Amino acid sequence: MKRKNFPTPPQRVALFVTCMVDMIYPRVGRATVELLEACGLEVVFPEAQTCCGQPAFNAGYHDEARAMAHHFLDTFHPLVRDGQVEAIVAPSGSCVTMTSHFHAQVLAEAGEPAAARQAAELSAVTFELTEFLVDVMGAPRLESTYPGRVTYHDCCHLLRELGVSQQPRQLLANSGVDWVEMEGSEECCGFGGLFAVKNEPISTAMGTVKLRQVEACGAGTVSMCDVSCMTHLQGLMDRQGREFRARHIAEVLAARAGARPATPTADASPQPPSDAEETEAPRRWQDIHTDGTS
Amino acid sequence: MTVDVNAPFSTRVQQAVSNPVLADNLTRATINLQLKREQSYSESHGQRLRDQMRRMKAHTLRHLPELLEQFEHNVQMNGGNVHWAEDGEEANRIIMALAQRHDVRTVVKSKSMATEEIHLNHHLEAGGIRCIETDLGEYIIQLAEQIPSHIVAPVIHMNVDEISSIFEQALDMPKTLDPQALCAKARGVLRQEFLKADMGISGCNFAIAETGTVCIVTNEGNGRMVSTLPRVHVVVMGIEKLVPTPQDAFLQYQTLTRSATGQKTTVYLSMTSGPRRREDQDGPEEFHVILMDNGRSQMLDEGYGESLMCIRCGACLNVCPVYRQISGHAYGSTYSGPIGAVITPLLSEKMAMAKELPYASTLCGSCRDACPVQIDLPGLLLKLRQDLVEDGAMPGLERRALRRYAKVMQNPDAYQRLGGLVGMGSRAYARMSGGTISRMPPPLHHWTRTRDFPPFAKRSFRQQWADRQRTGQWDASA
Repeated sequence: MKRKNFPTPPQRVALFVTCMVDMIYPRVGRATVELLEACGLEVVFPEAQTCCGQPAFNAGYHDEARAMAHHFLDTFHPLVRDGQVEAIVAPSGSCVTMTSHFHAQVLAEAGEPAAARQAAELSAVTFELTEFLVDVMGAPRLESTYPGRVTYHDCCHLLRELGVSQQPRQLLANSGVDWVEMEGSEECCGFGGLFAVKNEPISTAMGTVKLRQVEACGAGTVSMCDVSCMTHLQGLMDRQGREFRARHIAEVLAARAGARPATPTADASPQPPSDAEETEAPRRWQDIHTDGTS
Repeated sequence: MTVDVNAPFSTRVQQAVSNPVLADNLTRATINLQLKREQSYSESHGQRLRDQMRRMKAHTLRHLPELLEQFEHNVQMNGGNVHWAEDGEEANRIIMALAQRHDVRTVVKSKSMATEEIHLNHHLEAGGIRCIETDLGEYIIQLAEQIPSHIVAPVIHMNVDEISSIFEQALDMPKTLDPQALCAKARGVLRQEFLKADMGISGCNFAIAETGTVCIVTNEGNGRMVSTLPRVHVVVMGIEKLVPTPQDAFLQYQTLTRSATGQKTTVYLSMTSGPRRREDQDGPEEFHVILMDNGRSQMLDEGYGESLMCIRCGACLNVCPVYRQISGHAYGSTYSGPIGAVITPLLSEKMAMAKELPYASTLCGSCRDACPVQIDLPGLLLKLRQDLVEDGAMPGLERRALRRYAKVMQNPDAYQRLGGLVGMGSRAYARMSGGTISRMPPPLHHWTRTRDFPPFAKRSFRQQWADRQRTGQWDASA
């Protein structure tokens, strides 16, 4: 997969927030925007966006996945073609894998070379968040005040399909977060999309192995670049009554977001959630579902 | 609890995951093999070897018909016989006929995966012929009346204690935790079988077209006794085992040993190019090679040719986090792990008979990274899923659900409406049950059996974004 080189840093990017972040974890979307704006970027949010189609594709339903690929192209391609944005950024390695690898595939196999070409054009300018921040924006210092020890779990698509491994680590290391590697960070957590439902016993067993790895490294938070794996691991933790938690890396990095936000916001010095009293944390960094009042 | 390979897939998985000793045995053993593999590759030009291998295997598959004929010709020139078997049944029939012609009563075997694939032992035993497995792992499996649970280490799912119990029962040996004592016992028993056997049947790790040579890679030396002691040696090989030249054979040998056990070389590499010649000290009177298709050319025709590049090193099993949890037996057939999940449905009479296997993977991709031929195993699993869907093999409910999903997702308004609806319901439920969702309706009850699920956000990101566009700031209360 070819990625575009930017001789000068881009000015304006489109956010592909992903359906799960949109519906379940807007806090991750907000943190993503904060991080991008902290780099001086203007963020555009194309409102027609929905889902990348991966659930259908992974289950073998290529007609349905192809329809989603068309929808994604219709939403994002004109923006890129007309130069309204220079790149597309998503807080998910998995969804970027879908749009960047598999959209072109499902279009090409159905004899739609023109659309497949468009998908390849988008692929060249579509980046996962940490990949974009490091490879395109030159790894800004983010100065997070995220509390407690944080470890990092490599989500499979990001690691093995996009080859992104050192970028999130570099951001964590540069952010002032108390960051530690865990044993087995590259091992799959057992989410796997519909796998988590179709093969629940295996998924649970794999996730439990992952929780043991997190526990062994002594971190209070396991961070990652996909909310899907995060939902799986947090769900297991909640059920098993574990003390640590799963968080998207954007939430960790944007805790009291480093450089001042580009758009002035009214909030006074936001606080990250504290390990012990998460529900007491200021609302801005609040996980909606843990907020009893929302 | 042991895994009953004849039970349905879900039962096999349940049996496997409810046995903590099994996952422990497997994790320890596979991580050990994985580390050895990585170590052995770090000492050589790993990526160059893998690239060379891939080129060689691709070349071989492109020229398979010519190479097979060249191989046949050269085996015959060396005084051997070649038989072509379209499927397992035909292979079994040919071997049975050979055994009857030579009045065979006992067969010793080595490198038995191809014959496991076609259930040869069962077939011969039904005809009154004793079959003795002589690879130590296979021998243990045979005593335990199981099937191999790993391509290279068939008994990897057992620990020494469990093996000792099997020897106690089958061979009257007092219990011991000393692996050497167990080996010595097996060695003693097997030595007598070698001397008694009328026929040796082996598989083949690779065979050289240019010279008509069958190569067997072992550490135990039993392969060489199978190929030299009995009067007749029969080789059963899949047609994909061919390599063009001796140089290619040594390329494959290097990658095979490194990938399988992390060895730079194995204790034995036996190369057999025909029956005993007049000047030879030993060797069989007759040498037969059975070139078995059994679904392989169909794989080539249907776009699964890449799976025929497999050299059966087992590296993909050793890194597979699914395999570690469920063991080879949960795959229900001879070949397990990622490559087994690909080829078992393809070797089955109907792909749908093993339709769970292509879905029994998170597509994490560590298998592709470990594969010495860089086979795109996740890609092949995805293709199988696509074919299963297109063949109409998947449940109607799933099909309708995904069709509906795609409809909604193409329509941002419908997507928002549905999100709003689900969101409301999920928040109402979560409020009553302590913040998260602990029960969902089928089929999502599979999720909540062991995991909570978060409710949808009160205001979606796009709503919060719209608010911010309007007011110039994030809504602090969202």
